[in-house]
Amino acid sequence: MTHALKDQSCIVGVGETAFVRGAGRTVLSQVAEACSRAIADAGLVPSQVDGLVLSGTKVFGEAVAATIGLNDLTYTASVHLGGANPVAALQSAAMAVTTGVATAVLVPYGWNGYSETRISRREEDGAAAAQDAGPVAGDDTMSQAVLNAYAPTGVFGPVQFYSWLATRHSELYGITAEHTAEIALLSRANAQSNPKAYMQGRPLTFEDYMASPMISSPLRMYDCCLETDGACAVVVTSAERAADALHTPVYISGVAEGHPFPADDFESRADIADIGLKRAAPRAFAMADVSVADLDFAQIYDCFTYVVLLQLEALGLCGTGEVGDYVSGGRLRIDGELPINTHGGLHSEAHVESLNHIVEAVRQLRHEADLQVEGCEVGLVTGWGNFAEGSAAILRR
Amino acid sequence: MTNEPTAAARPIPRGEGFWGEFFAFCKQGELRFQRCSQCGIWRHMPRDGCRSCGSTQWAWERSSGFGHVYTWTVTHRTLHPGFAEDVPYAAVIAELDEGVRITAMADGIDADDLQLGLPVRVIVREDGSYRIASR
Ligand SMILES: [Zn+2]
Repeated sequence: MTHALKDQSCIVGVGETAFVRGAGRTVLSQVAEACSRAIADAGLVPSQVDGLVLSGTKVFGEAVAATIGLNDLTYTASVHLGGANPVAALQSAAMAVTTGVATAVLVPYGWNGYSETRISRREEDGAAAAQDAGPVAGDDTMSQAVLNAYAPTGVFGPVQFYSWLATRHSELYGITAEHTAEIALLSRANAQSNPKAYMQGRPLTFEDYMASPMISSPLRMYDCCLETDGACAVVVTSAERAADALHTPVYISGVAEGHPFPADDFESRADIADIGLKRAAPRAFAMADVSVADLDFAQIYDCFTYVVLLQLEALGLCGTGEVGDYVSGGRLRIDGELPINTHGGLHSEAHVESLNHIVEAVRQLRHEADLQVEGCEVGLVTGWGNFAEGSAAILRR
Repeated sequence: MTNEPTAAARPIPRGEGFWGEFFAFCKQGELRFQRCSQCGIWRHMPRDGCRSCGSTQWAWERSSGFGHVYTWTVTHRTLHPGFAEDVPYAAVIAELDEGVRITAMADGIDADDLQLGLPVRVIVREDGSYRIASR
């Protein structure tokens, strides 16, 4: 039976700010700029946007609406999966426009990931950082896990707790630095063609990678993504309305979220390798009625190289433990069988959660990308966040 | 170093609710976890209910502290000044014989000797903090 949301909605507008270190302005101002660009790109005016789905709590929806002129919102929501938010937000947007609750939904994200939040530097706030050491602020149970179980262990951030997953996986399956390096190197290579990429003009060699300091084993500095300031936004509307869009509509063929169980601590999962994408991916592929073999490209959430490897297995691109062989031989390079992170990803373009991955996927499917996958028709975007929450969207032109 | 060690700057577990009870037992030198009174499953981190059967009946039961290494990471660049003098240090997840897993810093285990399944035990110290040591 065809899924009720399959191909019923389209991304018709994309926008972003510059990706910098030191924006010198508020997150709200950057989000507003990205939103205005996305709305214009869709051929709409702000008063025609009646839905707003936020990722996390970096900005208030009311403030976004007041700043750019969303003067009659019929649908607002926020999702709560950390870096998996923007792709999960597409699901919410698709539901809203397919059911008619809204006609055009804005999905923005932005942050000062370099000049304010700085996930890698909890120490700058000293002991006070422990009070905000959770991936999300507040008294949620994830913060409880960090405050009570991880921080006393010297573990404060993703580079450490994702390393718990990486260590076990690498020990079980013999994954080496050559395999993780391939992700860092291909991202940096792709970014050289992208004028928006923070790392354009800064190539990376395997020797550079190996020489980079170990942060928390097995992750070295160049296994970690960028910290940048910036914002992106996309506009989702119904497939029917998308016919009037300025650009080639990009259909949301499949979209899903998946949560590990329990989602608020790592150590009590039956298998710590139970990542959200293992649950989200089959749902998204079934909804779109495609298989991994149909993909022309994939934008894989790359907060850390090893997180990409875990997702490649979760997607079923190779068997469990086989990802080392899978990433070898250039398969994921721009001229390979499945190009990934064609914009440079979070590693080399910017870290705007998965929203810059979505923007790049749309540009690829419009055939307007800087590093174009020739003739592409179908692509995948994944999200990963918090304690390995997952999301996946299958998009087509 | 002539300066006072930075231990004082380390975050203190907030220790509210069930976590407070957990740490209070640790301060008495006892490692105790919640155990479901209905299905018998042990759990950590502490919660109101049992994720297996839904029961809210449970008791704090004493753990042997024996188990094995489930996974770990060795941190070379700490994210917090309270651990600056500890680097490199291993943060281990140990799976205990009762079935629960617990996170703790390794004590007296060379990072190169860590391996999946390495037999370990949880040592509860005078101040109520705990470490994972070789058996
Ligand atoms: Zn039970």
